[in-house]
Amino acid sequence: MEAALKSAYTATDHAPKLVARPWFFTRPVAKTGIVSWLTTVDHKKIGLLYGIFSLFFFLVGGFEALLIRVQLAVPNNTFLTHQAYNEMFTMHATTMIFLAVMPLSAAFFNYLMPLQIGARDVAFPRLNGFAFWVFLAGAIILNVGWFTKAGAPDVGWFGYAPLTSNQFSTHFKGDVSTDLWVMGLQILGVSSVIGSLNFIVTIINMRAPGLTMMRLPVFTWMTLFTAFLIILSFPAITIALVELMMDRSFGTGFFEVSKGGLPILWQHLFWIFGHPEVYILILPAMGIVSEILPTFSRKPLFGYPIVVFSGAVIGFLGFGVWSHHMFTTGLGTMATAAFSLATMAIAVPTGVKIFNWIGTLWGGQIHTRTPMMFALGFIWMFMMGGFSGVMHSAAPADAQQQDSYFVVAHFHYVLIGGSIFALLAGVHYYFPLVFGRMVSEFWGKLSFWVIFVGFNVTFFPMHFLGLNGMPRRTAVYDGNMGWNTGNLIASIGAFILGIGIFIYFVVIVYTYAKGKKIKRDPWDARTLEWSVPTVPPPEHNFHVTPTVHARDAFWYEKTNAKEIAEESALHAKDEESHGGIHMPSQSWFPILTACGMLFGGLCFAHHFFLGAIIGGVVTFLGVIGWAFEGPGGYHLHLDKDGNAKPDHGDSH
Amino acid sequence: MSAHAGTIDHHHDHTTTTGIPNKKLFMWAFLASDCMFFAALISTHVIYRLHPTPDSPDVTKIFSIELTSFSTFILLMSSLLMALAVGASQKGKVEATRKMILGTIFFGLIFLGCQVYEFTHFVHLGLTLSSSMFGATFYTLTGTHGVHVAIGVVWLVLTYIRTFKPANAGKAWVVRAVVQFTAFAVATVAMMVVMLAVTHAGAENGYDLSALVHGIEHSAAASIVLAVSCAVLVGLSRSSWAVDFGEANAIDVEGMGLYWHFVDIVWIIIFTVVYLLEYL
Repeated sequence: MEAALKSAYTATDHAPKLVARPWFFTRPVAKTGIVSWLTTVDHKKIGLLYGIFSLFFFLVGGFEALLIRVQLAVPNNTFLTHQAYNEMFTMHATTMIFLAVMPLSAAFFNYLMPLQIGARDVAFPRLNGFAFWVFLAGAIILNVGWFTKAGAPDVGWFGYAPLTSNQFSTHFKGDVSTDLWVMGLQILGVSSVIGSLNFIVTIINMRAPGLTMMRLPVFTWMTLFTAFLIILSFPAITIALVELMMDRSFGTGFFEVSKGGLPILWQHLFWIFGHPEVYILILPAMGIVSEILPTFSRKPLFGYPIVVFSGAVIGFLGFGVWSHHMFTTGLGTMATAAFSLATMAIAVPTGVKIFNWIGTLWGGQIHTRTPMMFALGFIWMFMMGGFSGVMHSAAPADAQQQDSYFVVAHFHYVLIGGSIFALLAGVHYYFPLVFGRMVSEFWGKLSFWVIFVGFNVTFFPMHFLGLNGMPRRTAVYDGNMGWNTGNLIASIGAFILGIGIFIYFVVIVYTYAKGKKIKRDPWDARTLEWSVPTVPPPEHNFHVTPTVHARDAFWYEKTNAKEIAEESALHAKDEESHGGIHMPSQSWFPILTACGMLFGGLCFAHHFFLGAIIGGVVTFLGVIGWAFEGPGGYHLHLDKDGNAKPDHGDSH
Repeated sequence: MSAHAGTIDHHHDHTTTTGIPNKKLFMWAFLASDCMFFAALISTHVIYRLHPTPDSPDVTKIFSIELTSFSTFILLMSSLLMALAVGASQKGKVEATRKMILGTIFFGLIFLGCQVYEFTHFVHLGLTLSSSMFGATFYTLTGTHGVHVAIGVVWLVLTYIRTFKPANAGKAWVVRAVVQFTAFAVATVAMMVVMLAVTHAGAENGYDLSALVHGIEHSAAASIVLAVSCAVLVGLSRSSWAVDFGEANAIDVEGMGLYWHFVDIVWIIIFTVVYLLEYL
């Protein structure tokens, strides 16, 4: 019976011999070197690429922030021109949101989610690679302005009409900074939507046996919600940007007042995207924290179903609160009241999560390792941001705080104190998994404390500056406004924060090269990603596809080792009789297609339409080649020591 | 793959957790995203119809509701052919799948042709992208839908060509595929030119047989190109070898079908909101 099965699955039509194919359909097989990275379909490598580039852009965005704080350190400063200041705050926000926090979250999605669900890769591996290369194309287009006469985009990350109209952003012929901003965001949107579609299919369809939805690790749940938020909210900004592009390039008047356009329409479309975006930035962070807290409290997450359900409610309500960004535009009493209420309502599931995290800590054996410090910092700082946030839901109060530094303080508490703290916690927590080395506790904790102090010294005074009337996005202020001390403190704090981040990165780089090597599962963790046979994980992730028996699957595995070992042996035999471990083949077409988009996007933004068409043709050819190349795939066979031998068939 | 014996369950994929094929789930999720895409566009149009600018044209004088109703009918009927193509592919009938895909392509092209005619006609009447807010929202919305149909047609053409890929991977077929695709592209453009010439002649002297003859006379070169490219297509429409395409590819045709039906449904909404409501 077994022999028959084996021959049925390894017969020639299932794993055919390698047949000569045209050179452009030959699959690259390099596992190391530059080609392996350019053609990779491995979710772990793609996650690393996302991580490296997002951390780079995080440093770029941080540098821009420091320049802003230097300019504001003293009144009537002339360190930056007004034009340069506009470019700084525009690019600081755009970079931090689209090129740092979102891709860093994507790095965690890519690296961890398939491991957490016991999969060997995502549902569409080549598409996953494509999402990364498209992200890089968008990032380049957004930043290319720094190196040209046109300069970087300077319309604010919100790009409110009419700032974006030709009239206000074409200082000379060839000033395409706003067009670069439009095109860059458009292409980044493509990347996010494609990546998210892939994650949705992967989480719903590629779970290991026994892994029911209500056993999914919370981080995977948050990945799923974030992915849904992305695919449903990005179309709104895509259309807004398309309409803006039509205005700028083809003479329409969607947002041109002189042609009857309604600038408020831009605000609505932008915030229908923009508010879910806020949750796109925070939900992954909540997921990471929900993994770290149980591990270092030595008990399961408190109220798992409620944490998951709160995430769903936040995602759902997140689509119904966008107009609280627009209270001062005069929406009318009814709309203002409705959006006020919805905004107050969304604070409830968020608060529920905070209580669940506290419940997780309560009565636990708390181990204050570095990731835990960041996670605890997250709870406290995010809560502070939430308090100032819920103040905005009262429209009269919001009218006072609108466009002031109070708002700046609020969203930095949720974005740095929230998202960034959790992501930095995640980097420390998963560093041993990804690189097999552990960051030193002393240096890790030192960086935490410097970051924590610097962050609060920078942003806490901004609450008072804002309530004392200091407006956002202004390059200079007079010395007699009473804002001098607060600004000086904030600027000093920014440099402390900068030093903290510097220490953090130096420690990470040092650890990568010379850090202490560790064995697998150094934290005694609970979820499936830690059950990989080695750290860093082998390319095929698991020697045997795990079977999940409980919510904290790896914990169950550790406490029922005998049962799992027997089960694994059985499954290993089963898988080998099905032809071995199935792996996806690498491909050149994702990066080729993305290059077409990069070239076409750059040309279009410069109104060089022939080049745009050429870029489009390259993209089209890339897609066709991709389709006709086929999904490919090969098999791995493991020997007794778990060493994998590839067996390249041709097509399936 | 077609060498696999036995029947394939097209509604359940045992390798996925839910039993839904990955490609199908992907397409559904994408269509959810696309819904929001069109929702934003249609909202923009409706908002500017509710806040019309002073330069708004008298829309009902510009529209040709008969023509648009006709093209709407054609597009809806193309969905029937698409459904038949999916059905044929699920039964492993390659020849029938090809015919139904060709029919869908043809109907899709008629719809696109009507839109090209409509756009040129409207521009002729003075409605352009920048002439008024109505022009801006109208062209952007219907144009985006047209791009969706065009992408669908290209996808159908590529799938059609894919059905000729030989089962023997060593056999050269790439040149054949390129020729086939080029013939489709050339035939499409030539057809649009001839059609515009015919309708132009009809508009001048009344729509009768002589208009057809005059139109073809006026676009003699395009007509010859159209005839030649169609002949090439007919010549390449058969395969004497065993093909790689089979029942296992039904999911690809089904995904394409979901996309095509969705684009049709969106058109029903656009036709109602943009065209019919103007006559209330």
